[in-house]
Amino acid sequence: MAKALSKKFYDEMTKLEPRYPTKVALLLPALHAAQDEYHWLPPEVLDEVAQYIGIHPAQVREVASFYTMYDLKPVGKNHLKICTNVACALRGAEGIVKHCEKKLGIKLGETTRDRKFTLHEEECLGACGTAPAMMLNDEYHENLDVRRMDEILDRLTK
Amino acid sequence: MSNAVASGETLYIQHFGNEEARSLEYYLKQMKGYTALKKAFGMKVEAIVEEMKASNLRGRGGAGFPTGTKWGFIPKESPKPKYLVCNADESEPGTFKDRDIMRYTPHLLIEGMVIGGYTIGAHIGYIYIRGEYTREAKLLQAAIDEAYAKGYLGKNIQGSGFTFDLTVHRGAGAYICGEETGLLNSLEGKRGEPRVKPPFPAQAGAFGGPTIVNNVETLAAVPHIINRGGKWFSSLGAVEKSGGTRLFCVSGHVKKPGLYELPSGGVTLRQLIYDYCGGILGDKKLKAVIPGGSSAPVLTPDEIDVVLDIEPLMKIGSMLGSAGIMVVSEDYCLVRLIWRITKFYDHESCGQCTPCREGCRWMKDILWRIENGNGRETDLPLLLDIANNINGKTLCALGDAAAGPVSSFVRKFKADFEAHIRGKRCPHAP
Repeated sequence: MAKALSKKFYDEMTKLEPRYPTKVALLLPALHAAQDEYHWLPPEVLDEVAQYIGIHPAQVREVASFYTMYDLKPVGKNHLKICTNVACALRGAEGIVKHCEKKLGIKLGETTRDRKFTLHEEECLGACGTAPAMMLNDEYHENLDVRRMDEILDRLTK
Repeated sequence: MSNAVASGETLYIQHFGNEEARSLEYYLKQMKGYTALKKAFGMKVEAIVEEMKASNLRGRGGAGFPTGTKWGFIPKESPKPKYLVCNADESEPGTFKDRDIMRYTPHLLIEGMVIGGYTIGAHIGYIYIRGEYTREAKLLQAAIDEAYAKGYLGKNIQGSGFTFDLTVHRGAGAYICGEETGLLNSLEGKRGEPRVKPPFPAQAGAFGGPTIVNNVETLAAVPHIINRGGKWFSSLGAVEKSGGTRLFCVSGHVKKPGLYELPSGGVTLRQLIYDYCGGILGDKKLKAVIPGGSSAPVLTPDEIDVVLDIEPLMKIGSMLGSAGIMVVSEDYCLVRLIWRITKFYDHESCGQCTPCREGCRWMKDILWRIENGNGRETDLPLLLDIANNINGKTLCALGDAAAGPVSSFVRKFKADFEAHIRGKRCPHAP
């Protein structure tokens, strides 16, 4: 069977292996590296990670489903994760979420039909001094307001 | 970049915002980089532990445990390898100091970890960094690569015969992994569920070996302490029991949010808000302050003359925690705020302990109905009862962290809740 994960993935894992006394410890790094390749974690990728580590596929799912950063369902090309925890809510994050919902025509947790955007609410990102903050895929955007959000969305829609 | 205001002697903040500070070259030239390590290699490990104890450095992650004492718990001989783990999960809402240490002064942390490893006899170290900090993880890795290339990490460090390997390990979005045993499970490739204690990590931690888990700011203080002495570090603090400076993270409704490095116990909450942060946004009325991350019970405007340190805050029923101070003006609804906080704990509860798993959900749902005008008079005693049934009845501190804020908001701001219940709507709603 053809492998779903690339040579780059396996090379990276081989490099990491000597860093840990057990192979299972590679599970989180492996899931990160796998998600980097697919932008989410399809079932066959989870199975291949299980095979590589030498554990039952259910064990991989048990762990992957514990952590919010692993996407077990496909997400849009631009995954917006807006923090609405205390510091960001105090600085207007809820208004920004509403604005995005309206502008993108989706609710929290949904993906646009063209698969360009997924909108999520995020818990504290550790950027409270520069609130409101969000992650756009892996990237932080801070000191947001509706105008800056519009600039970002307009740039991504182009 | 956050505002950075210094007061007195500071250890970190003058470098924050300076992109050059993260390079090894800058660290060696401008920050006496890796001189503490050389000094430590010439010291007996017992002497290092004594310096750490004399420094009165107390853990900066939230619990405030004396670092020197913690290091002393590690058994000298162990059949299993020992580990030093840096807790860089920084997930307590309102906290954002470790991020700046890692992105602007990563070598301080690396040097602190090598000294820590040398002291406790660990040859392997991990920095467990929250998954969202992707950029910080890359910057740390770059600094680690530099340190390896120049012989500050790896085999026979600077000819000392001591070996120390350091690996950045990324989390993947789980607040509970900031709890040290949840973190260790996560590091081992498991769900980040906290463990039953004892055994404590110092006896059986990562991969079953004796392990010390320290916060980023704690470990970054170590080179300063070794270079200039525990007594000097202790004298930086304004109170006897708490040494050093502290990075206070201020957010919410203040004019100048950001990081403020001040002597431990050196300012009151009022001074921090009004003298350093410029007062309340829009000169509005202060309504409430959460002084130590969202797990800390809330304070009223009458309580802000408290000195910002561990004991004074504990005395008035709250805590300094991770020094994440969130300031709330009259502009935001407190019922909505405590609902947000409770929603967070409900989301982050690992689900092992029934009181926390079920209790957080109940409290969240009740707060939501109050916020939406569907609350009942009996809801307030009910909330207090649920909180009381979570508090102290769970494996880890997440349960207490969810219960304390709810009871404090209900007790101290009862009128706000009653206004919702009696008026059948949120007074802040448009």
